[in-house]
Amino acid sequence: MTFFIVFIVIVVVIGFFFVSIYNSLVGLRNRVKNAWSQIDVQLKRRHDLIPNLIETVKGYMTHERQVMENITKYRSQAMDAGTVGEKAAAEGLLSGALGQLRVQVENYPDLKANQNFLALQEELTSTENKISFARQAYNDQVLFFNNKIQMFPSNIVAGMFSFKEEEFFEIEDQTEKAVPKVSFS
Amino acid sequence: MMWELIQANRRKSIFIFIGMGLLLILIGFTFGSFYAPENGGFLGIFFALMLWGILSMVSYFAGSKILLAVSGAKEVTKDVHPQLYNVVEEMRIAANLPHQPKIYIIADAAPNAFATGIKPENSAIAVTAGLLGTLNRDELQGVVAHEMSHIINRDVLVMTFAGMMLGAITLMAEVFTRSLWFGGGSRYKSKSSDKGGQAQIIILVLAIALAILGPIMAQLLYFAISRKREYLADASAVRLTRYPDGLASALEKISGSNLDLKTANKVTAPMYIINPLKKKGMQLSNVTSTHPPITERINILRSMTQGVNYANYQNAYNTVKGKTSGLIPQSGLTDSSKISLRDSELSQTSFETDKQVKREVGDLMMKLNDFLFINCYCGIKLKVPPDFKSDSISCPKCGRIHNISH
Repeated sequence: MTFFIVFIVIVVVIGFFFVSIYNSLVGLRNRVKNAWSQIDVQLKRRHDLIPNLIETVKGYMTHERQVMENITKYRSQAMDAGTVGEKAAAEGLLSGALGQLRVQVENYPDLKANQNFLALQEELTSTENKISFARQAYNDQVLFFNNKIQMFPSNIVAGMFSFKEEEFFEIEDQTEKAVPKVSFS
Repeated sequence: MMWELIQANRRKSIFIFIGMGLLLILIGFTFGSFYAPENGGFLGIFFALMLWGILSMVSYFAGSKILLAVSGAKEVTKDVHPQLYNVVEEMRIAANLPHQPKIYIIADAAPNAFATGIKPENSAIAVTAGLLGTLNRDELQGVVAHEMSHIINRDVLVMTFAGMMLGAITLMAEVFTRSLWFGGGSRYKSKSSDKGGQAQIIILVLAIALAILGPIMAQLLYFAISRKREYLADASAVRLTRYPDGLASALEKISGSNLDLKTANKVTAPMYIINPLKKKGMQLSNVTSTHPPITERINILRSMTQGVNYANYQNAYNTVKGKTSGLIPQSGLTDSSKISLRDSELSQTSFETDKQVKREVGDLMMKLNDFLFINCYCGIKLKVPPDFKSDSISCPKCGRIHNISH
């Protein structure tokens, strides 16, 4: 009888243990998903900002038609992209074109004094930041989740319910990483 | 990783916390025995814990509101200061917090900031108008990241309970010394026998010693927790922003300001990013200060050139302090994710001249007073007073019509 009670207690304790590990794994996987969706939200936000930006800028930047055409082109490419790979490529090109625009703006003091442009520029800067912070947060979450999956004892539960390791979001453009940091100060 | 760090952080603070708790119990016991020699000691402990419990309950449920009200902070929407709103959102995304902290602005020209909220779900970040006027985007991001770190690391929770313990100890010591002044315990002394009288004298001496030393000791312990948490918040902030120079130069600017924050007082001082009561940041590390010396915080941040994870901060800390100490718990140091520094923002709208700073702060004050600001396509900024009745306004420069939604 005593043996039977002890046996039941052990089973219940182990059961609870498993359930709590399972729940924490599900919670972590949801955090990974949430972090991923944050990236998407911000990319969409960037697309929404661009028509407004072009509208404001075109009156001033008469000599930079090419840059603006590129921005419009890559935006529609990114929005129409079917696969993740295509989308990533188009978004990368869009980031580059927007960066070019920012450099060109320095030649137009009138534009830099335009309040509407300044407000838009703040939104764009922030959206670019949010995209990179969202990537960083996503990678943090993935690292944490993958560690949990590999480590004992959660690896047993992960194996039983086939939790898969998530992939890191690498920066596509490897040259971007290779550029040495130059400081003029 | 952040979550492991919170755990380790909690475990470390718990030792100091237990120390303060034991002090509280000792004081309760001694004072209790003094008033009623038989079994007053346990009654004293009961009273001490009750007092702490009540104070903690009040600050747990209303502390945030009280702090924000006392500091004169006003909750704002995105239109009041889009950059502040954006920066807070950026840091929320970087920390992967599900809830956006509420944003408050304090109408004061002295630059400073604080965070509040026991739980991340109902947290708030408050900054002064002066801070928004003086700092550029990167610096503001550093400050917001520091405040966000207090929220993630549950610093407000720990500081609230530790602060209330300090409050309970100080209050009891105060009441005791005053009652002694008016001869409170003396009637028990005459009743007791010779032997009891001797014990009574020992307890009296002990009680007086505790009444004097207790609050000081509790304060030192409290400040020890507070200082450590400032360093930790700096470390987390850098990890979030990946740009240590932003926070460093923000700290320089805030400590360099010679304006006084009118609404800050002794109780709320530890909550701010830089102690609002001490001018020009103390040069030497001091056991009686709530914040680490500002020059040291800046030096640590400036010497982070290798990367921005917790191990990098610990290394910089060791180099600057010239000693090895376990500031960051072990679990934080094994954080293998190598995070490299990022460059500063290309487009910085920094306000170089005093006149620009004043205009920026002035605009902000107008917004806090419900002025409506409209940016016209032609580039000028329309400032509409709150009592403007019409539904639309035309731009005085280009004549475009803007709708006003009341």
